[in-house]
Amino acid sequence: MEWLKKLWSKVNFWSVRQNFKLGLYGPPNSGKTTLANRICVDWLGTELGSVSPIPHETREIQVKESIVIKNKDGKELQFNLVDTPGIATRIDFEDFLKHGMNEKTAKKRAREATKGVIDSIKWLDEVDTVIVVLDSTMDPFSQVNVTILGNLQARNIPVLIAANKVDLRRSKIKRVEAAFPQYPVIGISARTGKHMTDFYEQLFKLAKR
Amino acid sequence: MVTIQLLPYDEISGLTSIGRIRKLLNIAKQDKIVLLQGRLDKAEEAELIKATMEEINKEFKGIELAVIQPQTSGAFLGGVASFLLGNRSGMTVIGPASIVKKIKKDPNKIELFTQENKKRKR
Repeated sequence: MEWLKKLWSKVNFWSVRQNFKLGLYGPPNSGKTTLANRICVDWLGTELGSVSPIPHETREIQVKESIVIKNKDGKELQFNLVDTPGIATRIDFEDFLKHGMNEKTAKKRAREATKGVIDSIKWLDEVDTVIVVLDSTMDPFSQVNVTILGNLQARNIPVLIAANKVDLRRSKIKRVEAAFPQYPVIGISARTGKHMTDFYEQLFKLAKR
Repeated sequence: MVTIQLLPYDEISGLTSIGRIRKLLNIAKQDKIVLLQGRLDKAEEAELIKATMEEINKEFKGIELAVIQPQTSGAFLGGVASFLLGNRSGMTVIGPASIVKKIKKDPNKIELFTQENKKRKR
């Protein structure tokens, strides 16, 4: 019966993909884990990981399996959520000292952060669909953003850009839209939950691709 | 003092992906800013970031990276230019993080800020 189900999902163009791996990618401190927590709390009632204003708080890939979300028509979408460490081109332990860490802890964090970046890049080959989480108060033209999106495009992975932190006054969604006009962009605040209903609707559209 | 090394694409065109990444990274590790004529492909950019992370230590803090692409007036012309020039079009700037504080980029220009005097170089 399983093969019949698979065959039906392939020929039924109206169906949405089920049980895919949804990756959260982006630079450090863009709010990937805050968004992962928001999704997990909304649909599972529990958080996924800790968040912090200090960059590279998430230094290991975190996976939450079998999240089922529903849209307003009652349709369900099931996926495994993959929260990845922020991708950066530089990591300096001295930057962590400025946040009040001692040298030993800062060096450990830097070492773990470099490994986290490597793991994030390796996982590009594992994910099926990706939400690129960008901080909408920051310049979107960074090379890290361009490299992430370019690699996803090369792998033919459907992408939605979540322009996060729209609750902040410095947020500029138009700037994100202008930087990446070929991708759908949705402004959200993962922290406050603003526009999350629209985000979930976009997720259904993305899963159909 | 800041040292800038210009690198024609011909110097890396015959190398494997790993060879290109190593060459660029080795120059950056010598505290030089590389101006590469052309660009790496997207997979190589990601590999460059990975290789950079593997090399980070007390002295080497990583890199700043920016790629600038020439604007073309349409998809067709862009496609033709891309077909003819391949990865030779555009320019790549790679600098060691200990020297380059930030590379600010919009589609048409690159501004490079150094750590030493925090003054705009270009």
